[in-house]
Amino acid sequence: MSVDIHIKHAVKKFGNKTIIPDLSLDVQNGEFFTLLGPSGCGKTTLLRMIAGFNTIEGGDFFFNEKRINDLDPSKRNIGMVFQNYAIFPHLTVRKNVAFGLKNKKFPKDQIEELTDQFMRLVHVDEYADRIPERLSGGQQQRVALARALVISPDVLLMDEPLSNLDAKLRVEMRTVIKRIHDDVGITTIYVTHDQEEAMAVSDRIAVMNEGVIQQIGNPQEVYQRPTNVFVASFIGRTNILEARLSIRDGRSYLTFKDGFEFEIEGVLEDQMKDQDVLASIRPEDFVLLHGEEKGFEAVVIDSTFLGLSTHYNVTLATGDEVEITQESSRKSIVKRGMTVSLQVKSDMINVFTADGEHNILSGVKNDEVE
Amino acid sequence: MSLHTRKSKLEIWNLIAYLIVILYVIFLIFPLANILKSSFDQADGTKGFGNFVRFFGEPHYFNTIINSFKVSIVVTIISIILGVPLAYFYNMYQMKGKRFLQVVIILCSMSAPFIGAYSWILVLGRNGVITRLLENLFGYTMPNIYGFKGIVISLTSRLFPMVFLYTSGALKSIDNSLIEASQNLGTRGVKMFFKVITPLCMPSILAAALIVFMRAMADFGTPLMIGEGFRTFPVEIYNAYVGEVGQNFGFAAAISIVAILITALVFLLQKWATSKFSFTINAMHTIESKKAKPAFNFFIHFYSYLLVSIAMLPQVYLWYSSFRNTSRSGNVFMEGHSLMSYKEVMKRGLGVSIKNTFFVGALSVAIILVLAVLVSYLVVRRKSFKSQLIDTMSMVPYVLPGSVVGIALISAFNTRPLILTGSVAIIIVAMVIRRIPYTIRSSVAILGQIPISMEEAAISLGSNKLKTFFTITVPMMRNGIVAGALLSWITIITELSTSIILYTARSQTLTVFTYVFVSRGSDGQAAAVATVLSLFTIISLTAFMIISKDKDVTM
Repeated sequence: MSVDIHIKHAVKKFGNKTIIPDLSLDVQNGEFFTLLGPSGCGKTTLLRMIAGFNTIEGGDFFFNEKRINDLDPSKRNIGMVFQNYAIFPHLTVRKNVAFGLKNKKFPKDQIEELTDQFMRLVHVDEYADRIPERLSGGQQQRVALARALVISPDVLLMDEPLSNLDAKLRVEMRTVIKRIHDDVGITTIYVTHDQEEAMAVSDRIAVMNEGVIQQIGNPQEVYQRPTNVFVASFIGRTNILEARLSIRDGRSYLTFKDGFEFEIEGVLEDQMKDQDVLASIRPEDFVLLHGEEKGFEAVVIDSTFLGLSTHYNVTLATGDEVEITQESSRKSIVKRGMTVSLQVKSDMINVFTADGEHNILSGVKNDEVE
Repeated sequence: MSLHTRKSKLEIWNLIAYLIVILYVIFLIFPLANILKSSFDQADGTKGFGNFVRFFGEPHYFNTIINSFKVSIVVTIISIILGVPLAYFYNMYQMKGKRFLQVVIILCSMSAPFIGAYSWILVLGRNGVITRLLENLFGYTMPNIYGFKGIVISLTSRLFPMVFLYTSGALKSIDNSLIEASQNLGTRGVKMFFKVITPLCMPSILAAALIVFMRAMADFGTPLMIGEGFRTFPVEIYNAYVGEVGQNFGFAAAISIVAILITALVFLLQKWATSKFSFTINAMHTIESKKAKPAFNFFIHFYSYLLVSIAMLPQVYLWYSSFRNTSRSGNVFMEGHSLMSYKEVMKRGLGVSIKNTFFVGALSVAIILVLAVLVSYLVVRRKSFKSQLIDTMSMVPYVLPGSVVGIALISAFNTRPLILTGSVAIIIVAMVIRRIPYTIRSSVAILGQIPISMEEAAISLGSNKLKTFFTITVPMMRNGIVAGALLSWITIITELSTSIILYTARSQTLTVFTYVFVSRGSDGQAAAVATVLSLFTIISLTAFMIISKDKDVTM
């Protein structure tokens, strides 16, 4: 039976060092929820608090209405998948998967039936009687997944489960994980530092930095309307440029250091004032022009043909170096040293206050719990 | 990160920690305190520094320390000079009969020290087979082997394998690319050996040097057997204790304290030295052994086999001697071969000695295993003041010479409330104390390599902490600790220095039994018992090799 999870004002300290100052979070029943952030941001710490492997220095953790702060980890009915798989090396695949059921004192025939069912689900049934040492990393992780799911846990916790796999397998396994989640429909909290992986699997993502949640939203919301510069830079790639916001006749304009200017729509009412801002322009939101149209003047430093797209590094007249991605076309690639002009898809960009803390455009979704 | 979520004082691991602390206090701290106290008991019944003054004041006694240092330093240097090249040849080049060589090298290091010394006497002693041969054939009289020379030869042939094993371990951790890089930069051959290989192996060579030094320093059986006039201090402790002119316990205690201080000092020095040289390397591709050029190839085979033969042959001769006929008293070897020595020792209690040896060995190993696994768990997974304390205390026996352990236990347990002297129990306690630091070290290392997520996975799957420990942690440690246990077993069954102080007729083990025959001059019978002991050692060693597969042997 899957549950929803409520975390209220969680605090984590190691000795005198505060890792998580005050964190609140709601995860809905059946949701695939990802904690995303750079290493050391506290995401694994939070996961281990939910699992019961880390002490909780403050706040309350609930599964539905049940407070679990003081519940022994073995009684939380959690399925956990670890970064290093944590497959018991001295037990066969079958015994690994059956381990939790035995602890729960399931009858023998039911253990066998469930074990078989879940080994089939993750496609490791043909290795049932092997010692896990001989399995590949991907296969071991499937066993770990089956072992965690077979006990029908209330919650599935996954701690960087794919980071020990090679790139190709990682992409394959994240599809497996997503499909199995859709089949089983269990509340899942997934920890990763890989933003692409997070976007691929998650219903919602919580972006964390230094123990504080920056933004919670679905992948599209977080990517397209990041709440601050940290989120904008951490999710996907972006170029941050200094600019000046000026209001004329009730319309707002962005002016860059080299004088290039364009109109920007959707500025929040309370931000409609002349001020210094930071503009976040993603590489794909530049349009490279070959003609004499008005835009940023830029000199190409280098270009990389990647098949589907072509990447450029250019230096703007403002002195900033920016990254650009263009869909590859039949036209010849712009060579290094050439001067080009750049337009911006102004409806796609984001504008932040000068300290980078707030997005001043409307449409930012943030499900943070106060 | 700790596993506990609630701070309950009654948690099972807390109880275990207290229990272990209590055991250490009773069986280690109390005896050591006792020996410290006794060391101030002067011969005339008063308290004071008399024993120490006497020890340092009279060259007769003080020289034993000088002698011990001389022996240990020389043995350490020769062992390194012999052992490092052997390890280098063995690991860098293709050689014939590698497996055989390795087994024999390990076997050399496993035999009881005094039996090693004794077999050297059988070969090169006054009546030794080679001495006789040279005298009869050429009229040449061999230089006397007894004394310093004999101790050095005998100890070196037993201890150079340590250097071999440690250096081999280090060589196996060197990545082949380091060798290739050095060749690429123009270093090869002898220059590479000194400029690249030796520095990379330095931490291990230092560790081996310490082990060799400590063992040579604390060794009791060898100087007892072959030392004659050349006195070292472990023998002096024994002499003061047994006392040719009545027991002088206070004096024995005082020498013990001096001995502990010296070994502790050496231990700390080595710690400091290794920390200066230490670094970690990890081989993704271990060194591939190459084929040596013909002349060099001959040399490395010649060197390796000659060294190993010299170290091993006296023992082979000892086994052979056990099948020779002897005079009725057993003191003189006669023409022909038979099992008469074996028949004789059977009559005199071989069976009981074997039974005692197995009983003491098995029970000690069982206790050591249980304690070591528990202590390692506390140290690795339950870091606290208690576990730190246990960790520190568990290392203390590392610097205790065997005879000191014996004397300390006797001084502590010959009076109420706990009288153990004369029992088998006291020998078991002694064996556990002497061997436990090694097993704890290796268990800590093994547990340190098991990710904590294994246990967390089990707990999250509904297994409680104790069940997790027994169904997950212990089975995962099993291979490593069983291998360690077999090594402990071998050390215990070949141990003499403590048991000789603690034994009674009831608790006599095979080594003591051998020693009894040796001291009576019954060479044939001594050889027979020693051979039985060797047989058990070889069987245990084979079991160890099978279990640990190709993993390194470390002690």
